Amino acid sequence: MSRKKVQVLSIPYILWVIGFTVIPLLFVFAKASTNAEGDLTLEYLLAIFDPVHRKALLLSIALAFTTSLICVVISYPVALILKTSKFKNTKIIMFVMILPMWMNFILRILAIQLLISKNGVINHLLSMLNLPSLNIINTPAAIVVGMVYDYLPYMLLPVLNCVLAIPDDIIEAGKDLGAGRLRVFTRILLPLSLSGIGSGITMVFVPSMTEFVIANILGGGKIQLLGNVIEQEFSVSMNWNLGSGLSVALMVFVLITTFLFGHDSSGSNRNFVL
Amino acid sequence: MKYKRLCLVTVVCIILCTLPACSGKSSDDRTLTVFNYSEYLDPDMLERFTEQTGIRIQYEEATTPEEMYTKYTTGAISYDLLCTSDYMIKRLIDEGEAQEIDFSALPNYSNIDDKIITLSKSFDKDNRYALPYFWGTVGILYNTGKVTAPVDSWNVLFDGEYSGEIIMQDSMRDSFMVALKALGYSLNTTDENEIREAAELLKKQKKDVASYLVDEARDELVAENAVMGVVYSGEAYLGNEYNSDLEYVIPKEGSNLWIDSWIVTKSCTDTDAARQFLDFLCEEDVANANFEYIYFSTPNKAVVDDMDEELKTNTAVVPTDESIENCEIYEALDPDTTNLYNELWKEIKSE
Repeated sequence: MSRKKVQVLSIPYILWVIGFTVIPLLFVFAKASTNAEGDLTLEYLLAIFDPVHRKALLLSIALAFTTSLICVVISYPVALILKTSKFKNTKIIMFVMILPMWMNFILRILAIQLLISKNGVINHLLSMLNLPSLNIINTPAAIVVGMVYDYLPYMLLPVLNCVLAIPDDIIEAGKDLGAGRLRVFTRILLPLSLSGIGSGITMVFVPSMTEFVIANILGGGKIQLLGNVIEQEFSVSMNWNLGSGLSVALMVFVLITTFLFGHDSSGSNRNFVL
Repeated sequence: MKYKRLCLVTVVCIILCTLPACSGKSSDDRTLTVFNYSEYLDPDMLERFTEQTGIRIQYEEATTPEEMYTKYTTGAISYDLLCTSDYMIKRLIDEGEAQEIDFSALPNYSNIDDKIITLSKSFDKDNRYALPYFWGTVGILYNTGKVTAPVDSWNVLFDGEYSGEIIMQDSMRDSFMVALKALGYSLNTTDENEIREAAELLKKQKKDVASYLVDEARDELVAENAVMGVVYSGEAYLGNEYNSDLEYVIPKEGSNLWIDSWIVTKSCTDTDAARQFLDFLCEEDVANANFEYIYFSTPNKAVVDDMDEELKTNTAVVPTDESIENCEIYEALDPDTTNLYNELWKEIKSE
């Protein structure tokens, strides 16, 4: 394609990015670094260190981290099983994995709420079997369950893609040279699939960090993540400066994680291609 | 040739179609733009009004007072009549957005309960601007199958007996209201110590709270996922319909009493039409249809008088005078107090 053609074709996307990413970001930065009177201040950017906000941030990080970890633990074995199985029709596998995403995610969270609530379906079954009831609704655990449910496909797809792409020859070669199963896993499979896990983590960790809807529905309004604080500042307290300041702080943390995992993945990816 | 004829026919048709509209306009094509909360008026009544008077209604809806205020002040649509809540009515009156209503020209105004008109003075000092539409309270909806002792005080939410079984409102003002009233303070207090004391009480209470909800509170109580919760009286009637164990009480310490009223905006030019619409809403039939559409408390005496005994004795639908004796209407808080509320509410939520 000629240079000119490329330029013309990229116009829609550039307009999109300017209109919906660059300009809103500038607004947020402007609000974050000024006070209600419009004077420059660092107060709102540093508000993240306020005990209430710091607590919410730490909780957000903890829940996002747990969610990502659980997603890896669930996805990776599935990917390995599919790699070794005879069933190689990846299209069908992908289809099954994306299937839950056909439904609106809030609807799915409301369904989870019905399942795990105190008089919900699961507790009814448990009591019929004379088993102790499950009391996780309105706790951080419920939020993690909801986030894992919603974000698992974002982990599964990259991990699966990556694991399936590892050439069998390499594994065979390793075995020929005397590597045991564990060694094959730690020295061949794992390093070669790090890029998939890395991008999976980025795709799960980032939305989990900024989550507030799931926290509201499954946390019963009792658990305050940083996303909830920001939402409240914008919609209830009408303090857009503080809301923006906290958003910028959250963005910094998100960028740090993306950098950590993104960097690692690009490195191993290059090795693999070579 | 054929094409030309087609054009001609089309033009003739268009002229014929627009003719009746033109002639209609000259005599009585009057329109009122009405702004109301969503699902707050029986749509059949709008049709009936147009049939009776020939005045067309352009109906607009919003969900919160703040949303209404924003839409109203941006001025994209010029509203003639607007129905909103007490403190927002006050704000609009204070900003000069309301026109005086000549209530003596509304024959059906006599249906409106004097008690509610007097209460309305807290936001419309001389009763010159606002026509009460619906009103109600905030109270405790509890499950009589699980709560055996009589519930009559907010303290039941704070004494720890029903730990893990309580639903609070996920709304700053309503939650503070409960704590302030439990402590015996006014819900409009601006005293920092009283507000901080209320916040301490709410923080201590948090471990006993199952969840903080808004609209789902009623459904959770119906499903018996909790035994008691703070709800608006309008939710209580339907809650009881779905689960007959649920009872509503306005605690003896008093609560929030709210009144939603109509005002005529200053931009309304056809005040005669506006007057006809307001009088229409006060008609017994119409007020009853609207009441049966949402089951909030109606200020229309004629409707209350003709209710079934069962409805009339339901305190969620028709609060008794003594039950609302200690109730207060929200007043707008000054910015400093609002900031204090915001800050303390965040602390409570992060406990």
